[in-house]
Amino acid sequence: MFESLTEKLTSALRNLRGVGRLSEENMAEALKEVRAALLSADVHFKVAREFVDQVQQQCVGQEVLRSVTPGQQIVKIIHDELVKLLGEGSTALTEKRPLKILLVGLHGSGKTTSAAKLGRLLKKRGYRPLLVACDVYRPAAIDQLEILAQQEGLGFFSDRTTRDVPAIGAAAVQAAQAQQADAILFDTAGRLQIDQDLIEEVRQLSARIQPDEVILVADGALGQEAVNVAKAFHSALRLTGLILTKLDGDARGGAALSIKSVTGVPIKFVGVGEKAADFDQFYPDRLASRILGMGDVVSLVEKAQEHFDQKETERMAEKVRKADFNLEDFLVQLHQVKKMGSMDSILGMLPGMSGVKLGDGAERQMARTEAIIKSMTIQERRKPEILNGNRRLRIANGSGVKVVEVNQLIKQFQQMQKMMRMMRGPGAKKMMRQMEAMRAKGGLPGM
Amino acid sequence: MLSLFKKFKEGLTKTARAIVEKTVGVFGARPIDATTLGSLEEALYGADFGVETTQEILEEIKTAHRKDPSMRGQQAAVIGAAVLRRVLAGAEGRLENGTGGTGSGPGSPGPGAGNPAVICLIGVNGSGKTTTAAKLGYDLKEDGRSVLLAACDTFRAAAVEQLRSWAQRLDLDLVASHTGADSAAVAFDAWQAAKSRHKDYLLIDTAGRLHTKRNLMDELAKIRRVLQKNDPTAPHHSWLVVDGSLGANSIEQARVFHQSFGLTGIIVTKLDGTSRGGALVGIYRQLKLPIYFIGFGEQPDDLQPFSVDNYVKAVFGLENGA
Repeated sequence: MFESLTEKLTSALRNLRGVGRLSEENMAEALKEVRAALLSADVHFKVAREFVDQVQQQCVGQEVLRSVTPGQQIVKIIHDELVKLLGEGSTALTEKRPLKILLVGLHGSGKTTSAAKLGRLLKKRGYRPLLVACDVYRPAAIDQLEILAQQEGLGFFSDRTTRDVPAIGAAAVQAAQAQQADAILFDTAGRLQIDQDLIEEVRQLSARIQPDEVILVADGALGQEAVNVAKAFHSALRLTGLILTKLDGDARGGAALSIKSVTGVPIKFVGVGEKAADFDQFYPDRLASRILGMGDVVSLVEKAQEHFDQKETERMAEKVRKADFNLEDFLVQLHQVKKMGSMDSILGMLPGMSGVKLGDGAERQMARTEAIIKSMTIQERRKPEILNGNRRLRIANGSGVKVVEVNQLIKQFQQMQKMMRMMRGPGAKKMMRQMEAMRAKGGLPGM
Repeated sequence: MLSLFKKFKEGLTKTARAIVEKTVGVFGARPIDATTLGSLEEALYGADFGVETTQEILEEIKTAHRKDPSMRGQQAAVIGAAVLRRVLAGAEGRLENGTGGTGSGPGSPGPGAGNPAVICLIGVNGSGKTTTAAKLGYDLKEDGRSVLLAACDTFRAAAVEQLRSWAQRLDLDLVASHTGADSAAVAFDAWQAAKSRHKDYLLIDTAGRLHTKRNLMDELAKIRRVLQKNDPTAPHHSWLVVDGSLGANSIEQARVFHQSFGLTGIIVTKLDGTSRGGALVGIYRQLKLPIYFIGFGEQPDDLQPFSVDNYVKAVFGLENGA
């Protein structure tokens, strides 16, 4: 997400980097480009103007002109201003039980999907979520929520006999009490912010259920319209938070800046894929870093912690240490990586990778590897050395690949084993040094 | 035609009002000065026309203003409308008359004798493909054509049920399978059914996919391959359904879908909000893909053929002449 904004800012500031000393003229030029970049990233006109003004003021105030590395300092100022604009600090949900969350938004912004994702997250945090279907208009919207609730093992409430949405909400609150559900998520119909009748309906629903959180679900690719939408929903319902969706696309996400700056409502979560796990807490400082191409390593680490089973990881580390690592273990690792979400969403968090698109080649490769290993017998997985020509042919046929690919996998695996053995021996230190050197070379993007 | 404009205008009224409101006096009788030019710039950016078109309009107005410092707001609106008309020249897509539509592009062959004309609706998640498929089916039926809907969104939970419920409501034929089924197989079966039931049109509703997901884009290619086994000229129309409230990213969406699937046109939805849907200008400017329909709401008859004239007039608040 935000790759393009990053690119544009980078190129806008490139001129500055080469310059030994910053003159007012070349700063003005760069700031003009920053404004253009923000505008083409769908940041609202006024927000963009204010942002640029602020950065300019900061620059003058801090006497950037006399600093030794003006480029770095400007990047720092833009970064700080971005963080300020996006809202400082983390943005957690209210800690209340029962916790009532109302999800609202335009059509197709991703409310139903977000309801399921949020429910899954709350369940992980020890809540008993109940998803409530309040979209009585879109055909099959209730079915959609019900199916998602089932898939994620969440409670579900609906009443298909009525269109009285506030009544459905009130009944759901009661049902939640009876079922001892302590997180109630209300999925509402998509509505235009100017549709008076529907806005009134959701206001009444809100009045009846008294939600602890009212969250606007907004498409990350929204245009200038984002400001009007957010303002209207905010004044009608007093929003407490925002979920930004579809950020696994390449939308520049300027809408996030706009909405945040006109409503002051914190962005709480971001949707980054179609899987229920592709849902992240929002951290403004990280996002600002990411906008500037500094990556999002912290998110990645947390994601890994959430999905990697601690014990399993330790067992694996032990195996690696003893070079007693077979294809079965490899399969387990593959599954763990898969649980972290799509490869692209993982890659996007790495420094310097924000513009890189893995495409789905890597994902497909992973699926193939998995298929190959799964076509082996348990014995073969544990002792890959018994894989002779016949066995390899059978495996290739079983997994729908060519024998060459099976050979390749086995060869790669053998190399890995060899490396593990080296790590055990006296060569380990030397190798670690080599790896360090490699990391330093390919490393963090310098500003 | 008059009623069409009325509908169009009603849909975009808030648009027209928004631009006029924001630029109080700018498009009115007052002479233009630096302040009004500033608010004009803001209004144009606010319409999502994109940086290029906005600057083009501004330049022309400024040039005219230098020549005639006493220029009034109304004249500026006329200039803006003229620029927009120029940018959008040839942007109207039309389904041709007679049974079975033909491709819009020059030389694109129509369906073989007795074969249905195939229309594929594709786009990112939540752009409004399923609703558009239903509306389009309804429009074609009202127009006396026979239509078959194919529910090829086998991914999203309850997407099939959504289209089925539309089909029942509007009395349209539907071929569907279950969630998780192979979408290309559904397309294949639907084509066979459309052929044997002598349908004029086969409307294919596909699953939403972000243009950045290559495997999902490959799935689209498979649908195309399978259709072409039945009729090498299919699909005859591949339309991207774009949410009109999106910004510049919709151009990127269109570009990628066009590259990997080969689009023949665009449908812009959700223009009943305050969005000016200006992104359609950017898409047309970049890709020259005709815009066939625009959607104004959730009712079956809320889909209207795109008219440059109506759009430009509505956006600039010009009612008569110009």
